[in-house]
Order: sequence, then structure tokens, then C-alpha cells
Amino acid sequence: MLGSFAVLRKQSLLGDAISHAALPGIAIAFLITGAKDSNTLLIGALISGLIGTFWIRGIVTKTHLKSDTALGLILSLFFGFGMLLLTFIQKQPNANQAGLDKYLFGQAATLVESDVWMMAIVTGICLIVMLTFWKEFKILLFDADYTKTLGFNTKTIDILITSFIVLAIVLGLQTVGVVLMSAMLLAPAAAARQWTNSLAVMVFLAAIFGAFSGVVGTAISASQNNLSTGPVIVLVAGVFVVVSFIFSPSRGLLFKQIRFIKNRRDLELHKTLAFMHQIAETHEDISHPHAIKLLNNFQGYTRSTLQKLVEKDYVQLQGNMWSLTETGFDTAANLYTKQSTEDE
Amino acid sequence: MTKQMKKIAVKVDDLTVAYNYKPVLWDIDLEIPEGVLMAIVGPNGAGKSTLIKSILGILKPIAGSVTIYGKSYEKQRQLVAYVPQKGSVDWDFPTTALDVVKMGTYGSLGWIKRPGQKEKKAALEALEKVGMLPFKGRQISQLSGGQQQRIFLARALVQNASIYFMDEPFQGVDATTEIAIINILKELRKAGKTVIVVHHDLQTVPEYFDWVTFLNVKKIATGPVKDIFNDDNLTKTYGINYKVSIQE
Repeated sequence: MLGSFAVLRKQSLLGDAISHAALPGIAIAFLITGAKDSNTLLIGALISGLIGTFWIRGIVTKTHLKSDTALGLILSLFFGFGMLLLTFIQKQPNANQAGLDKYLFGQAATLVESDVWMMAIVTGICLIVMLTFWKEFKILLFDADYTKTLGFNTKTIDILITSFIVLAIVLGLQTVGVVLMSAMLLAPAAAARQWTNSLAVMVFLAAIFGAFSGVVGTAISASQNNLSTGPVIVLVAGVFVVVSFIFSPSRGLLFKQIRFIKNRRDLELHKTLAFMHQIAETHEDISHPHAIKLLNNFQGYTRSTLQKLVEKDYVQLQGNMWSLTETGFDTAANLYTKQSTEDE
Repeated sequence: MTKQMKKIAVKVDDLTVAYNYKPVLWDIDLEIPEGVLMAIVGPNGAGKSTLIKSILGILKPIAGSVTIYGKSYEKQRQLVAYVPQKGSVDWDFPTTALDVVKMGTYGSLGWIKRPGQKEKKAALEALEKVGMLPFKGRQISQLSGGQQQRIFLARALVQNASIYFMDEPFQGVDATTEIAIINILKELRKAGKTVIVVHHDLQTVPEYFDWVTFLNVKKIATGPVKDIFNDDNLTKTYGINYKVSIQE
């Protein structure tokens, strides 16, 4: 859901950076409290995720580095630090230490009821905030400079969006883990973008795709032994993306190809018809018959195009002679005028 | 003479802007009288867009101040509308032409409030004015460059401002669109609005505009086109011997 905003901001990698940046937060929270209570750990993740995000923004605004460089830098830095802490924790004589690495790849099976409630509540809050500031989010995403001239504090809106993306990521960590979280954020949004040209529908679809991959992924992994849930969920989301790329009616690869072929055929027909029109025009009687051979000099002409023109009742065939019908003549005459108005 | 009696719409004092130590605008003083249709001309990198963006508070100047009708820009925001360069946004964004124009009403709506019927009506009227009403439901990526530019113009018109800043509205549009746009700008001037346009085509300056500012990091000259649009100023601005035949 919130992934839609990340995709549209061309900040897709941000999700990756945030989830990796959350790792040291988890480790530090564990070191401080010494307990494995998931809520405390997530708060740690949230804090370090936010720190990572604002460092990235700082680097981009204060230095010459591009945002992808800053993202990569922060991502590996925080992840490295997190790993360091994790190995340190594992050497400690604390019985609780085991299982912290589940945050790396996630383990939906470890979720308990209170975790699920927590997720539901936070999702609800996200939804309310999103609906309240819908207008502001939308305009900032589309045209940030312009938003500023309208008198909105773009920084506030930006921080709001970013914070909620961080929150969403941190919540997902327990399920799919640090490494795969960004896919969970982006895949539904990327898939949804293929199907619609409306932001509202896109966000809605992304939410559905996300939820669906969650449910289906869990179901598949539960039905088989030795299939961990997180990766399966991500794979299901990936299937959504692939299917969307190929089959979406307006942006999909398949329909693009079909449209391309159809256009080419139409053009062939039009070309032939226009050529016939040219010949027919030189005669008083438009249905004056001509030899098919006459068309041989003309490249676009084939038997099948001629057959199609007959089907459309534009042309009559008599032996090896053809003649334009009344409708055929009119259509041909309108062909070019029609095209030029369509171009407008 | 009447021109001088007019109120000053925009006043810029000592404006200096720099990107990483390199000054882009150096000590700009500028007074734009109310009701003019002004072109800002200058070579690439002269700081034309930067000037507009600094006036609008999008960029932070190192020094200097901007006043709109004698008060600070922050207080007079609702009097000012901005048409950014077409290339500054992602036209693949999932939204329709009407939606983009509606964004012009967001400023007067303020936080949280949603655009309603009144805003929709205003947006439709603006679309009509720029001749884009038939395309209101069209996804913006499926509009031509000229149509996208007109959508941007409509979005500014909806704001119903007194001063319009436009960053290269004629960039990459065909002759028909250019004429349509300039007619709208002239109408705005007739209605007493002030219009400031970053412009590239020197040939059309005398035909389109009545006021001109030459800019190349520093301000070279500003004033009525018929007084100052001459080879001397063009040479000073562009650094080479420039000859433009101006028909009187």
C-alpha cells in the first residue's frame, strides 16, 4: 500500500535501505533489554530505520552524492554494523540470543496473536493518515516544487510519508525479514501500476496484491514442510508482477504486441484501399473493374488483404478483376482526412 | 509615462544565489511593474529559472529579499502562480488531466480539505480556456508535449493569481500551441495581471512581450521592449555580436 508511494517517488531502493538499516536497531534493542520481546525489538528497528533514512536524505542534500550512492552507502553500513552486533550477541552467554537471526529472513511462523493485532492497528493508522493527507501526498509526489509555491510545507509532508514507509517496513520485518522486505514493499505496487492509471486504484490494488501474496504464500508454505514463509510470500508477489507485466491490457507486453500487429494489418488494408481509390478516381464510374495485376506493382498488397477488403464489402471481385464498391470508395476517400483529425 | 505611475508588482533586492560557491545569480535588483508581460532572456546557465525559483522560495538565496506588492512573498503567496518547466515532473504519474488542473486549487484549500464541486468547476473552466476540455479524462502520459504544457497553464489559471511565473512555456511545443499560449498570456495582461516568462526565442520577443529583462548571472538591463531590446544589450548578454532586426 505505502509501497505505491515509494515506487512513484522513484525511491524504490529506499525500502531496501530502511529494512537493512533496521537491523542494528534490533540488535541494540536486544542488547539493552536483554529480552526478546518483539515489540521492543521493533521499536529499536523503527528508530534505527528512521535514523538511516534521515541520514540518506542528509547526504543527498548536503553533498554532491546521488541518492543511489547514499542509499547503497547507508544500506551496507547499517547492515554490516547489524551483522557485527548479531555475531557479538551470539557469543554471549544468554539463553535468549537464539532466534534473533530470524529477522534476517523472517519467520512468519513465530508470529503470535499480539503481533498480528499490532500489525492490524498500525495498518489502520496508516490507512487513516493516508486518507487524511491524500491530497497532500499526491501533489508532493507529482510536483514537489509546485507544492511549495502553493504554500504547503513540503518537508512536513515528506517526513510524514517517509515515516510511514519506515513503519510499514519495520512491521514487515518479522514476517519476511530484512533481506526480502523491500520486495514485499515494491512488488505489489509495481504490479498494481500496470493495471491502472489512477493513483487511488493503484494503492487499493497494491494493498490487495500484498494481502493476497501474504495469504497465499503462507498457505503454500504451511502445506509443505521445509518451506519458509517469507521467501514464498515474496515469490508469490513476484508472480503477480510477472503476470501484470505481461497481461495488463494497457501497459502489458502481450497486448502491446497484439496492438502492434493489429495496427500493422490495418495499415496494410488502408494502404491497399487508398491505392485502389487512386486508380478508381481516374474513372467516371467508381466501380469500374480493374485487373488484379494492376496491384502487383504495389508492395502492401497480398491475396489475404484483398480477401479482407471483400469481407468488409469495400471491394468486389469478379474473376481476376476488382472494383471498388460505393462504401469502399467513401471509406477510402475519408481515410486520410480521418487520420489527420485523429492526429490532432 | 503611464507605465512609471504603475504599482510595482514584484521587487527583488540584492538577490544572490550560488550552487557550491559558484554564483548563479549575482546581486540582482529588479522591479517588475504591474500589468506587464515580461520575458526573461539570457544564455543557457544565465540563471533564468533560478531567478524565478528564488523569487518563489523554491531555492534559498544566499542574500537578498523579494517582495510582492510591498510585502514578503510568504504573506502574498496566494497572489502568485507558477508554471514549472514541463520536464520537471514525471508524466507517467497515474493521474488525469483534470486531476492535475485541480491541483491548482489545493493552495487555497489548505491542509486536509478535499477539492469539491466548486474546485472541479473551476478546473473545468480553466481546461476550457486552454482548449483542453475534450482531454479532461485523459491519462497525462498520453498527452502530447504541447497538451501537457497547456495542462500546466490551466493549473496556474485555476489559482486565479495576480502574478504568473512561467518557466519556458514554449519549450518543445508546436506553432499552434505557441500561439494559443501567447494569446492566453495576452488575455491575462489585458485583465491587469502580471506575467513573467522565461523565454528562449529572441525573434519573438518584440512580438509577444512588452517588457524584457536581460540576464546573465548579473542583470544586464530591464525595461520596455521598445526601449531596450537592441543589439547593444543582446551583445552584452550573449557575449557575441548579436544582430536582431526589430521591426517597428
